Amino acid sequence: MPAFSRTRVWLILLAITATTYWIGEAGLSGDGSMAPVLALFGLAFAKGLLVCLDFLELRHAPALWRWLVVGWLALVLALIVLAYWISLR
Amino acid sequence: MHGSTPTALSSESNEMHPATDALAGVHLHAQAPDATPRLRGDLGVWLVILLELLTFAILFVSFAFARTREVALFNASQATLNLNAGALNTVLLISGSWCVASAVAAVRRNASVVGARWLLAALACGGGFAVVKLGEYAQKLASGVDLSTNTFYMFYILLTGFHFLHVVVGMLAIAYLWVKTRRGRYGSEDCHALETGAAFWHMVDLLWIVLFPLVYVMR
Repeated sequence: MPAFSRTRVWLILLAITATTYWIGEAGLSGDGSMAPVLALFGLAFAKGLLVCLDFLELRHAPALWRWLVVGWLALVLALIVLAYWISLR
Repeated sequence: MHGSTPTALSSESNEMHPATDALAGVHLHAQAPDATPRLRGDLGVWLVILLELLTFAILFVSFAFARTREVALFNASQATLNLNAGALNTVLLISGSWCVASAVAAVRRNASVVGARWLLAALACGGGFAVVKLGEYAQKLASGVDLSTNTFYMFYILLTGFHFLHVVVGMLAIAYLWVKTRRGRYGSEDCHALETGAAFWHMVDLLWIVLFPLVYVMR
């Protein structure tokens, strides 16, 4: 993942938040398919990754710490998506 | 640690655009104080952060799996939440995080006054979050919702309430750091305490990034 300037990171985070809001407002999540929920948590992952790498500065931290926190994010989101998939069955 | 040359930093960077960087703020690579991998902030507080992440992970995943048993109830209850308030709070926390990151960058180039202003802006974002959240709680309380109403609201109050406590603790830390930064206590040689407070504040942001789509949007 490339390094963006701090302000650009903030603007990307705002844009992703607007997209998440739109998914909620348009009621896209809840149509009985996986796609909107995958998009929702994919976007949350992108957002979290930016916060981890650029705001928490894990980009410059020892790899173990970077993987611990990014791994936490990926695992939690994956389990949420798994639970959602189970709820559809 | 502080002996790294700008050349050493830029050789590590994969894209350096000095012209655009000047417009969009200092490049993250350029403002890194050293090229050696280093955890920014106190190790003890980072261990606390890991513990917090673990605790919230259990709450998030419990919410998601509890929902599989009462999907209709969770969806109906979620519909009563204020999506606008949730989104506004996301914007406030993200902006607060950006302010604190900017404060750290300013202090690293010994611009304490600028750094203090960024911290004050972060406090304003945190304060805004608190006002919106308390407004939401007041609304829910007035409509007779409490911990025992149903499983969804139990999780809603527990998750957002526990997160809210972290926002308050983060704000106290930022307020303390603001006072110190204003007095020029931190600089390029010593911003350990500031980095530590910043790490905690960003964690609060990171948690909300998972909480918002999970509790307010997913249905």
